[in-house]
Amino acid sequence: MILEGVAEAFRMLITFDPEIYKITWLTLKISGTATFISLCIGVPLGVALAWIKFPGRRIFISIVNTAMGFPPVVVGLWVFIFLSRNGPLGFLNLLYTPSAIIIAQAIIASPIIIGLTSAAVMQVDDKMRLQIKALGATKIQMLFLVLREARYSIIAAVIAGFGAVISEIGASMMVGGNIKGYTRVLTTATVMEVSKGNTEVAIGITIILLLLAYSVTLFLTLLQQRERS
Amino acid sequence: MKKLMILLTTLLLLIVGCSNTNDNANIKKDNENKQEEVKKEKKTGDIILATTTSTQDSGLLDVLIPKFEEEIGYRVKTIAVGTGKALEMGQNGEADVLLVHAPDAEKAVVDSGAAINRKLVMHNDFIIVGPKNDPAGLKSLKDANEAFKQINTSKSLFVSRGDDSGTHKSELKFWDKLGIKPSGIMYQETGQGMGETLRVASEKGGYTYTDRATFLALKDELNLDILVEGDKSLLNIYHVMQVNKEKFPKVNDEGAKDLVDFLVSEDVQKVIGEFGVEKYKEPLFFPDAGKEKEFE
Repeated sequence: MILEGVAEAFRMLITFDPEIYKITWLTLKISGTATFISLCIGVPLGVALAWIKFPGRRIFISIVNTAMGFPPVVVGLWVFIFLSRNGPLGFLNLLYTPSAIIIAQAIIASPIIIGLTSAAVMQVDDKMRLQIKALGATKIQMLFLVLREARYSIIAAVIAGFGAVISEIGASMMVGGNIKGYTRVLTTATVMEVSKGNTEVAIGITIILLLLAYSVTLFLTLLQQRERS
Repeated sequence: MKKLMILLTTLLLLIVGCSNTNDNANIKKDNENKQEEVKKEKKTGDIILATTTSTQDSGLLDVLIPKFEEEIGYRVKTIAVGTGKALEMGQNGEADVLLVHAPDAEKAVVDSGAAINRKLVMHNDFIIVGPKNDPAGLKSLKDANEAFKQINTSKSLFVSRGDDSGTHKSELKFWDKLGIKPSGIMYQETGQGMGETLRVASEKGGYTYTDRATFLALKDELNLDILVEGDKSLLNIYHVMQVNKEKFPKVNDEGAKDLVDFLVSEDVQKVIGEFGVEKYKEPLFFPDAGKEKEFE
């Protein structure tokens, strides 16, 4: 059965199985967009958390750190409740759409990026900040210089965030509904194929999911290591 | 580093941007195709169909829904959950159409005013399956009641859905009738779909209660045999109904009515009757539209 699954994966890849390509592309699109959104939210918030001293900051950091490990089903259920027709945001008509999955995944990935970014920025030497200040840099210039110092960690944060959302299923199933050709992603398709009795197809899909996750991570890692070498 | 950040940003933007243009192009292409194929205009809008896992797992909806979208229009969002959850979605106005198989629970939803236009669509049957060596000795039995009793008295392992699905509700009726409250280590509830539950039963060598369609779809991967079948109390009846717009203004009333009418139309009933014959050498569902009286 395992060999059949591997063969199935290759068959689907080589024959350009349109359904699988569509699902794979959708998965990449959804998780990529969600990661991008959490990057936009996470980096500024992470920097703010590292720099700005305010009362209750430690408690806030500990909340973010807890949220880094939020189970996707928890996020999924809450997003579901808010987006459902009779929920507070029901008028948006977003439930069972790709956007709903993006929202849920962005909520899952944001704490990871906030937490790892703030940890990275905190690690940048305070003396360096003073030095930059002394050289007369504006605040924006300083931000870029410090982010530059922390770049490896920030890319690592993106990798972690993307890895978390591309592999989650609870939220995608709950707010996306696994609708064929619309919100079916690789993880929900795997579960469905297993319950349909198509185990080889399911194994094939998991292999494609692994390949996808690996190629994106490889790309980001190359980006991260480019200047190092 | 700046360069790096810019590169990263443009890349991600590109992904998003590309996907959008791609989508638009696809939609455009789709529209063109559709226009070429069918001259008459198709209806637009979304319909949320809450249904049971068996209709999706058997592959029936993969045949019917594209046909509906092709002939009538709309985009059907199929949410395959247990019947209990599907009925709850109807009760809360979260779905437009329900295709489910728990007649008593359905009647309660209709009586509450949440659903209207309930129509008989099709039936198949439930079966009792179990390990090939059949430790409880069900094989010679014709009466399903007797079989449940024997599973209980012989203290054989029974794996239940335990998820408030139509199949689970139907199984509980048997225990109820016998006055048995199944519990303990020999009664295990998976809380999952039929496919997963069959796999658990197969791995653990237990008995379970399943719809025939899901069992046939998985048969090759299971170490389970059909032990009891054909009893009249094992009928598995599917009805479709639409959620009441008067109660829930957000319901897509017109689309819901179209889908109900579509499922009981002569043409579709024929498709239902022929579904699965090629693959399993027997039909998975028997069309019943308009035969309400026979099942009362």
